[in-house]
Amino acid sequence: MKARVTVTLKNGVLDPQGKAIEGALKSLGVEGIDGVRQGKVFDIELGTTDKAKAEAALKAACEKLLANTVIENYRVELT
Amino acid sequence: MKSAVIVFPGSNREGDVLRALKSAGSQVEKVWHAETELPKGTDLVVLPGGFSYGDYLRCGAIAGRATVMDAVRAHAARGGLVLGICNGFQILCESGLLPGILMRNANLKFICHRQFLRVERNDTAFTRAYAKGQAIDVCVAHGEGNYTADAETLKRLEGEGLVAFRYSDAQGHITADSNRNGSMNAIAGIYSDKLNVLGMMPHPENLIEDLVGGTDGRGLFESLVSSFPKAA
Repeated sequence: MKARVTVTLKNGVLDPQGKAIEGALKSLGVEGIDGVRQGKVFDIELGTTDKAKAEAALKAACEKLLANTVIENYRVELT
Repeated sequence: MKSAVIVFPGSNREGDVLRALKSAGSQVEKVWHAETELPKGTDLVVLPGGFSYGDYLRCGAIAGRATVMDAVRAHAARGGLVLGICNGFQILCESGLLPGILMRNANLKFICHRQFLRVERNDTAFTRAYAKGQAIDVCVAHGEGNYTADAETLKRLEGEGLVAFRYSDAQGHITADSNRNGSMNAIAGIYSDKLNVLGMMPHPENLIEDLVGGTDGRGLFESLVSSFPKAA
């Protein structure tokens, strides 16, 4: 089983990297972009086929290490 | 006093901290991150600066969960002293020993320069050699030192006097120019609730000798050593 975990900054948390990318896109002349927020993607291989177990393991991974829940949200997708 | 300096893969300031502690009169031992216990009789644990685990994931995130950190947490819970400098501060925040987080500097630049700090209180084990309100000259060198916490945490830190140092000018005034990383309330260092854990971004261990241009950092190490009765 495979999963994709996406970690993003919570709304309202300053994201200077996203701002810099947004500025760079504007200076490159890419039009129609109102804002950029940067995040992280983790592609994870799971050794189980049990959906509930996989979800529990991924939640633990996010809460314990992958996300700092002070500033970040996470989203888990099983594929 | 006995100090333990924890070394993670990527720590690079352990030698400077070791020297500063020894020169102030402490016994010091280096402790590898995979250890499960601290040396017997450890009074102070120091998490030095550097780039633990290459700053992968988030600065201090992986080190914050290293096996030795369980022993550091237990030491702190017993009231033992813990000092985290730069990456060490990031590790303390990531490990839950201090609240908040160090974000990317607001101006996106790695900053490396001399900086004044205002000592907010001098009644703790870390700062008794300084005067309250004194501006001390230290060095900063970091890319992610922008202290950030939610409004409630910030209010608590301020209300309970847990802000240790703020970025200031040479007279101790907090100005927009002195806070170059964009930290909330110009916070450069904070204490835990019981004042036994201190995390700070600047490097006091850089300036302990006239030879390298200043000695304002000595006070922190001398404060720590003088907090303990002299060994017979």
